[in-house]
Amino acid sequence: MDHPIKRDHTRFRNIVKGKIRDNLKKYVSNGEMPLPKGDGTYKIPMPSIETPRFKFGDQSQGGTGQGDGQAGDPVEGQEGEGEPGEGEAGEGEGKKELEVELSLEELASILGDELALPNIEPKGKKTMQSTTDRYSSIGTVGPDALKHFKRSYKEALKRQVAMGTYDPENPVIVPIKSDMRYRSSTQKVEFENSAVVIYMMDVSGSMGDEQKEIVRTESFWINLWLKSQYKDIEIRYIIHDATAKEVDEDTFFRTRESGGTLISSAFKLCREIIEADYNPSEWNIYPFHFSDGDNWSTDDTKLCLEILDKDILPASNVFCYGQVESRYGSGQFYKDLSGRYKEEDDQVILSKIKNKEAILDSIKDFLGKGK
Amino acid sequence: MTTRTKPLTGELLRLKEEIHQYALDYGLDFYPVVFEVCDYDTINILAAQGGFPNRYPHWRFGMEYDQLSKSYAYGLQKIYEMVINTDPCYAYLLNANHLVDQKIVMAHVYGHADFFKNNLWFKSTDRSMMDVMANHGTKIRRYMEKYGQDKVEVFIDRVLSLENLMDKNVLFETSEVRSSRRDKETEFHEQFFHDDEDDGRSKQLQSFMRSKLFNPETERDVPEVDEGPTIKPKPNYISPRDIMMYLIQHAPLKEWQADILAILREEAYYFLPQRMTKIMNEGWASYWHSTIMTQKALKSSEIIEFSDKHAGVMAMSKQQINPYKIGIELFRDIEYRWDTGRFGKEYNECTDMNVRENWNEATNKGKEKIYEVRRTHNDVTFIDEFFTREFCERMQLFTYKYNPRTSRFEIDTRDFEAIKSKLLMSLTNFGQPVIEVESGNFGNRGELHLIHKHQGVDLDMSYAAETLGNIAAIWSRPVNLTTIQEGKEVTLNHDGKEMKPLK
Repeated sequence: MDHPIKRDHTRFRNIVKGKIRDNLKKYVSNGEMPLPKGDGTYKIPMPSIETPRFKFGDQSQGGTGQGDGQAGDPVEGQEGEGEPGEGEAGEGEGKKELEVELSLEELASILGDELALPNIEPKGKKTMQSTTDRYSSIGTVGPDALKHFKRSYKEALKRQVAMGTYDPENPVIVPIKSDMRYRSSTQKVEFENSAVVIYMMDVSGSMGDEQKEIVRTESFWINLWLKSQYKDIEIRYIIHDATAKEVDEDTFFRTRESGGTLISSAFKLCREIIEADYNPSEWNIYPFHFSDGDNWSTDDTKLCLEILDKDILPASNVFCYGQVESRYGSGQFYKDLSGRYKEEDDQVILSKIKNKEAILDSIKDFLGKGK
Repeated sequence: MTTRTKPLTGELLRLKEEIHQYALDYGLDFYPVVFEVCDYDTINILAAQGGFPNRYPHWRFGMEYDQLSKSYAYGLQKIYEMVINTDPCYAYLLNANHLVDQKIVMAHVYGHADFFKNNLWFKSTDRSMMDVMANHGTKIRRYMEKYGQDKVEVFIDRVLSLENLMDKNVLFETSEVRSSRRDKETEFHEQFFHDDEDDGRSKQLQSFMRSKLFNPETERDVPEVDEGPTIKPKPNYISPRDIMMYLIQHAPLKEWQADILAILREEAYYFLPQRMTKIMNEGWASYWHSTIMTQKALKSSEIIEFSDKHAGVMAMSKQQINPYKIGIELFRDIEYRWDTGRFGKEYNECTDMNVRENWNEATNKGKEKIYEVRRTHNDVTFIDEFFTREFCERMQLFTYKYNPRTSRFEIDTRDFEAIKSKLLMSLTNFGQPVIEVESGNFGNRGELHLIHKHQGVDLDMSYAAETLGNIAAIWSRPVNLTTIQEGKEVTLNHDGKEMKPLK
């Protein structure tokens, strides 16, 4: 049975997430997500709820420290940081933040934990076969590098006991060639799932740097999650204004085109890419489209919906549309899509991203369904 | 819980017996220590719950656990040891620790155990707290089943808001003091309220007889009670700083609420001595792990690892005082000074630095002195009495403060007086503002009146507002707080919704 503290823990997590005890929300400090610091380390937030107490104000009062330095020298770090020391009830107030180096897998698992993302149920299992060698058995021949010392020793011991040459007073075991045991491999067939993510972004004049930054951050986290779910993942990038073209990652985030917007151009290109390279029965296909919601004409929107319905949706696991708020965009496309695909439609996920803070919610929208 | 921790076996058991013997040989005096081995998750759970396997359900234990588990998972922090002030003393060892670590921890734990038993501030702590805490858990769980988890939790949250408003003198309320006071109180009651049970004697005679009943011995133990005739009866003497007790007795609480308040108060007072002796307690334990290890328990092959671990524990920090370091060094300094006669009038009044430097009378009272100090002092008096100029310099201490011009924290001064007063300030009243109850009938409106005894630092007003709100909810009438803000005395009124200054 689990320790009762797990229940306290769950309750705490739920309070932090604002699910229960709304009135405590104002005391919650720190968000939930690790923030990249740019030098390979991430800040891991430690959400905490601070109980209000009478306490001394005036943070500039500082404190007492130990070490070298003269008056006027800076004291590194912040007051109260440093070693948390031993936990004692009623102590250890204040904000805590950890800075650690993380691998991408660790990061993905934190993301999954924090946002409670379900694991993805891949469609079309057993699509690709691959063989791997697993060293799970023992053989009598092999290279010295794979020698299994324990097993070899046991064999030698058994032999010597059987032959009566084993002396408990002087337990020296001398293995001979026939005692040697080696790790050996067996071949296993594994089934893999592969996925492709197709990012489409509107780069018309109305998408500014801030909007692109949002798309970039969001796609970083999406890639991270999908990579943790699929062994192989391919990523394709499409940018479009009135015409669409496929670009590499760098260009995708940096280009700033201008001009009108024909979303259908991107959808057409997306359709072509799928048809050419990704057989829907073998691939898990994730088209993402980001725009500020402006489209040239209602006719084009109609065309878009048609392509979606006929070609893209049947081929893909889920189609995600993220609308980034911009000063110039009308946001019409979101309305058009949401008018067509109701919320219960689990083939299409729509999300509005107001600002950087909303990125997490939007990721949760996209990936929360486990498609 | 039983499956989560295991008793010592094999090599660890042998080590424990060895170190136990060393501790006894050095003259440490402790309740039996029960060591248990557990994994990191269990030790995180225990640490999150203040060392106890059973507590009442509350999210704050979950929060502690969350933070401890995260720091452990990312390899930033590891709890080596944990010891609980009970009889027998329970101590937990992390199963993944190296043997040298386990030895250090055991020696360290015996130091703590000795401190718990002998330091006077721990005199009145309930040594069966393990059971008491478990019972508290059961009680509160029942209340939650009966009245709803949210409702009970909201009340606990409010009480936690005033958990730090305690009076350290309550710690000296041994059961005898308490019962003698209760006797006296009932006598007062009888005298003033039940005079109608006339037994024929005159009132004067009656009160004369009663006054003879007072035992002069116990009288002295209860300095709070006024001597001589009292004009109006004090039904229950409560320290004005023991705000939780005041609320238990005077706030219009439901029975379950009063019970929870009493439970949380009891637990808060249980932890209070540990908060008041952090530096001494850790210093004492470190002194002993260092002594036992270097003089007895350490094998030559383990020296490097021991030094590494010990240095890690003693690491100085620029942002805050390391209680382990200051504590152990102070005890060593005291031992050295009392061994070489560097104390008393003659030494203190000596102004010749050269003579002071080379002062050496073989008084050899060091050991005796440190044992005495660990018995009678708390952090405040410890620092106040033994923190000397020489010590301060040797420890390379400084104070720092925020420089708004460069917007960073900078070293302020290495002046001895300034450092000492800052240190003492942070320790006085265990680092909490002193708040006293002035009246429960403020302005004759049944409002609570609290006074902040200002000691140079203003309160954080946004926190104060939230706290007052919580107290107002318990008091169920408006609450007033008199404090000093930027040099001016103000009285703030919180009516349960918002706080505003009282005109």
